Amino acid sequence: MGQRRPKLAVWKFSSCDGCQLSLLDCEDELLTVAGAVEIAYFLEATRVEIRGPYDVSLVEGSIGTPHDAERIRKIRQQSKTLITIGACATAGGIQALRNFRDVEGFIRAVYARPEFIDTLATSTAIQDHVKVDFELRGCPINKEQLLEVLNAFLNGRRPVVPPHSQCVECKLHGTVCVMVARGTPCLGPVTQAGCGNLCPRHDRGCYGCFGPKETPNTAALAKQLTALGWNDADIANAFRSFNANAEAFRREGDVHEG
Amino acid sequence: MERTGTVKDRLAGNGKAVVGIEGLDALIAALRDDGYAVIGPRVRDGAVVYDPLDSPADLPWGWIDEQDGGRYRLVREGEAAFGHVVGPQSWKTYLYPPRQTLWTGRRDGPGFTVSAPDGAVPRYAFLGVRGCELAAMAVQDRVFGVTPHGGRAVGEQQFTDSGYAARRNAAFLIAVNCGRAGGTCFCASMGTGPKAAGGYDLALTELVGDGRHEFLVEVGSEKGAAVLERLPRRAAETRDVDAAERAVERARTHMGRTMVEDPASLLARNLEHPRWDEVAARCLSCANCTMVCPTCFCTTVEDKTDLTGDHVERWRRWDSCFTVDFSYIHGGAIRQSARSRYRQWMTHKLSSWWEQFGTSGCTGCGRCITWCPVGIDITEEAQAIKNSEGRG
Repeated sequence: MGQRRPKLAVWKFSSCDGCQLSLLDCEDELLTVAGAVEIAYFLEATRVEIRGPYDVSLVEGSIGTPHDAERIRKIRQQSKTLITIGACATAGGIQALRNFRDVEGFIRAVYARPEFIDTLATSTAIQDHVKVDFELRGCPINKEQLLEVLNAFLNGRRPVVPPHSQCVECKLHGTVCVMVARGTPCLGPVTQAGCGNLCPRHDRGCYGCFGPKETPNTAALAKQLTALGWNDADIANAFRSFNANAEAFRREGDVHEG
Repeated sequence: MERTGTVKDRLAGNGKAVVGIEGLDALIAALRDDGYAVIGPRVRDGAVVYDPLDSPADLPWGWIDEQDGGRYRLVREGEAAFGHVVGPQSWKTYLYPPRQTLWTGRRDGPGFTVSAPDGAVPRYAFLGVRGCELAAMAVQDRVFGVTPHGGRAVGEQQFTDSGYAARRNAAFLIAVNCGRAGGTCFCASMGTGPKAAGGYDLALTELVGDGRHEFLVEVGSEKGAAVLERLPRRAAETRDVDAAERAVERARTHMGRTMVEDPASLLARNLEHPRWDEVAARCLSCANCTMVCPTCFCTTVEDKTDLTGDHVERWRRWDSCFTVDFSYIHGGAIRQSARSRYRQWMTHKLSSWWEQFGTSGCTGCGRCITWCPVGIDITEEAQAIKNSEGRG
């Protein structure tokens, strides 16, 4: 069509880089992606930096420092569409565990020169700071879902990323329920689908990597987890992981934390 | 060999036969020879699932399933091949697959061309279809416009789901009459089992114990009779037929659950009952009940594009009335609360299904009870509402 290719930028905040590596992990599709968009900023892939504004910004990582909070505002200003990728960017990530503790205490205990550390007391989601156009869940994200989201935005349609439970995904794949058939505690019934039912397929309960599904009933699930032998600490630990600061998981964690 | 009359007539005596374990072997081989993919029960991942079978050795010999609300365990007991009842899957996995391509499109200059997916119809032989499952197929036959019905939807039923109909018509059904009832079974109170009422090509009753391990075979169709003729067998005697009757009777009297009488009108007059709030507090709205239900048929449509936008695919995927998007109409979803979603599911299944399709949407298989992660029990919910009426 001879149109200008949309400019794509990939930004990193507090995170492990795993989600943006999912883009490089696309392998077969990567060349197609590189052909469909102009990769304007993606330090994991190229040193080339093309100035904004950008058509699509993929944002990985949480806001953990005053500098992060300032930088995300500038990125938002330069981005037509801003999509967060992964649990850090959409819920604060595993590092949001500090939200429930005394950060000053951690800094003193861990660092030889605490005065060098400039951090916020909390790790928070991108949407707590700027408007987000779409949130892609997961720790890490699923690369097929990432391609789907890019496809949808490039073609001007809604991404097919259903917010239903992990259970739906297990049943569509014919995976036998580990909770019912094995008595294995599982967060699947309150967790959003998307990973490809990775753990239940391997006889493990769901760890909740994709965060709360729509209308999650965490209290009813917690009651069943108790019936399966978990105590309050087990339940609190389960909800206090990669999506600890997602509201539904945070509240259920609060209920069970001693 | 000269052949006269119907095949059924040619079978001796009462038309019933007895085959041994080698007969089961011959049955699977015959069906495979006829080009069927034989699907039947086998143990996988701690449950009996419906997977392709190569031989009778794949069957779950000596395994039974203990079932209760939110609980399923396989345990060793006896040596029957069909001592288990129903597992997490139903035959709809094959007749109405979780994902189907409806069409694909390709950009073609200013317009686009649409093509239908490859039209090859799989030929399945289902081994071990229970009475409740045959009843469920009969329900879906109505839903998908294969069987005419007198329900309210009849006027809207101008179209047949051609994919479902083709797979259904091509399928060979071998029923198994249950000799054991599971902890969440309630087919007896729904009138669908434990004996297969019809709609099969062949029906087996496993006769096991007292030093014998055989199967009584009953014929339900010409197609079934023609296959039976090719198996090593003997004519059934009265004692075989009696033993089969006793086995089924044992299952009938050991149902784990019972549905109240006439749940259709009970629920219809209790749409604002406080029990809906109680069940909503427990319901995870995870959709497991609808995924495992052999009659639930709801789907959504998903469009996929490639990065260029030159190639599109339209898919149909199982959906559930327990998701928010399912009831999305212009402006928002109309069933926001778990209360409204659970009520929609249960009243549809047991009550409004009658008006729509002229039958119950529930066949008493008990899957929704067993596979609910928190063990919500449709029979208990109906009973609780009934009991409250009794208290006036």
